[in-house]
Amino acid sequence: MVKSSLHVGATIDGFRLEERLHEGGMATLWRVSSADHALPLLMKVPKLAEGEDPAAIVSFEMEQMIMPRLSGVHVPKFVAAGDFAVQPYIVMEQIPGKTLLQRLSELPLPDAEIVGIGIEIAKALDDLHRQHVIHLDVKPSNIILRPSGEAVLLDFGLSHHDQLPDLMQEEFRVPFGTAPYISPEQLLGIRDDPRSDLFAAGALLYFFSTGRRPFGESETMGGMRRRLWRDPYPPRSLRPDYPPWLQEIVLRCLEIEPAWRYPTAAQLAFELSHRDQVKLTKRSERLKRDPLRTVLRRRFNKDLMKSIRRPAVAAHISSAPIVAAAVDLAEGSSELNDALRATTQAILATLPAARLTCLNVLRLGRIVIDTTLDEEGHNKRIDRLVALRHWAEPLKLEPHRFSAHILEAVDPANAILEFVRANHVDHIIVGARKDSLLRDLLGSVSAKVAAEARCTVTVVRPARSEPAGE
Amino acid sequence: MLIGLFADIHANRQAFSACLREARIIGVERTVLLGDYVGYGADPEWTVSTVIDLVGQGAMAVRGNHDNAVSDPREQLNVEAEVVIEWTRGELGAPERRFLEELPLTLADDDRLYVHAEASDPKRWRYVTCVEDAARSLVATPAHVTFCGHVHRPALYTMSATGKLTAFTPITGAPIHLLPGRRWLAVLGSVGQPRDGNPAASFAVLDTKRRQLTYCSAPYDVEAAAARIRESGLPPSLADRLALGK
Repeated sequence: MVKSSLHVGATIDGFRLEERLHEGGMATLWRVSSADHALPLLMKVPKLAEGEDPAAIVSFEMEQMIMPRLSGVHVPKFVAAGDFAVQPYIVMEQIPGKTLLQRLSELPLPDAEIVGIGIEIAKALDDLHRQHVIHLDVKPSNIILRPSGEAVLLDFGLSHHDQLPDLMQEEFRVPFGTAPYISPEQLLGIRDDPRSDLFAAGALLYFFSTGRRPFGESETMGGMRRRLWRDPYPPRSLRPDYPPWLQEIVLRCLEIEPAWRYPTAAQLAFELSHRDQVKLTKRSERLKRDPLRTVLRRRFNKDLMKSIRRPAVAAHISSAPIVAAAVDLAEGSSELNDALRATTQAILATLPAARLTCLNVLRLGRIVIDTTLDEEGHNKRIDRLVALRHWAEPLKLEPHRFSAHILEAVDPANAILEFVRANHVDHIIVGARKDSLLRDLLGSVSAKVAAEARCTVTVVRPARSEPAGE
Repeated sequence: MLIGLFADIHANRQAFSACLREARIIGVERTVLLGDYVGYGADPEWTVSTVIDLVGQGAMAVRGNHDNAVSDPREQLNVEAEVVIEWTRGELGAPERRFLEELPLTLADDDRLYVHAEASDPKRWRYVTCVEDAARSLVATPAHVTFCGHVHRPALYTMSATGKLTAFTPITGAPIHLLPGRRWLAVLGSVGQPRDGNPAASFAVLDTKRRQLTYCSAPYDVEAAAARIRESGLPPSLADRLALGK
């Protein structure tokens, strides 16, 4: 290996080393500058000297393969990579802001802030998973919040890319991860389940909301393996004022069995964004850990998490979409609503992990909101929620797969589009109203949604519609 | 530079034409042919003439075991393949047969090695189907990347500086960065007789500048290729398997 000549002022392939920022176990981070790039830049240089951990080389190789393939606001922008034969490095965008690690002294954080952080992490993971990558080392030091609010995921050295050789898996055959956050299935050598990242996110949310790590800090294999059968203390046993809905979410992320967690990061983000719609199960009520007999059953149940062939990451995500149905509750919509329900049912039938959210728009006056209508307005909301649930009842969805939302807006199409965007809806089903005076006045909601939504749109028409004017 | 790599064409005119068309669209600048131009399929003369033309235009080509069997009766093949080679001998003129006979077993090109089966003993035509097979080939050559065919199923093997092997089944259309710090053995799928369960013709494109390898596939008129096999009186099972990609 070439003797390192890294020092302040040195130049590598046009990048000038300005300042050594961090010296880690596997790599050194430098702030660098370049005439060709306006972005603040960071150079990561692996430690490859004799006697260093061979995992450092392989994880750096993985990162060199994965980073150029990633894009978007939730990862540092990749700029350049250096050849192993000369001087290996990766140059990337330096993200302004602090990692979540720097907030440990402030724990526990207020619930509202936890939820905000949780939503951003879940959205970032969703975006990563949609790019075929499972992070597998989600922890506070690998997450930065941009000044604009989005979470950025760092360090893809332990990650798994669905379309690239998994060098870590094949070369070491021992689990890699960070002890407090590593998922049970990773400890069994499974590296291709995106829900492993939801477990780590759950461990982080638990830690940040209680000030305690759910599985302690043991770094021995035996200590880490306890999470294969031992559940953590419910947060409510540590903090009596802990909100049950938050416990529901955090403990669902920390389920030992991946299938019992949220199916996707997008669905986790959705739950965190709609706390009033969280279905409170037994999880939310727990004040004690599971009884010994449950723990022993898990301990000696060989079937638990038996290795099953997993679908590719993309297939997994597309099997658990967030589907929204925009239901018009106005007079004379029943034929259309029946057709809308039939279509919704057909779409959900093939997707048992999909989640349905029903939308209805309560139109506000264009000029002023009449405050005297407050009371009435409130009742209208309740009436409409009831009507939405009634519409969805024949679908017989489990409560955790269903939610109903009343949007208040001047422009129904814009309200629907905004909801779809903010909640990462994958598929919106909307009915096309027959020609009517209302449609003439308002324009077609379905046409605008179909034209402008960035997800899949299904426009439903009743099987038999009267020709206009009859 | 974009290099198009094609293995195991096996006299399938429709499949090879589709791959060459696709490669032109992608912008391939150099062609590498990894052997087994004949056998199984019913258009050996067209295929070998096309290969001769391509080589005349600068393509690189190595010899496969079916090509070898045309002139070397000692070459052992399975019964069906023997029948087809016997028929192929009658289809090819002397210049085509001589062309196949004179093809090299391996070709080196910059830091790349091209060979039909594997590098440790190219004339033994051993299959690379596991990391042990891959290791045997990888240690036998200093090349950074070895390209081969023969197996008819795409696979990619890599060996780290410390000698650890990784096997991977490539995803069609997803480029893979062939990291310079390790060595690679790329087993290509087959153009004319795919056995990976997908009837589409398989080939690969290497971007030498970016060190990226992409496995590609090209759908083709399978029925026409199968009909040619049947009307030539070759074993019908060879026609049937084309539709299954097995």
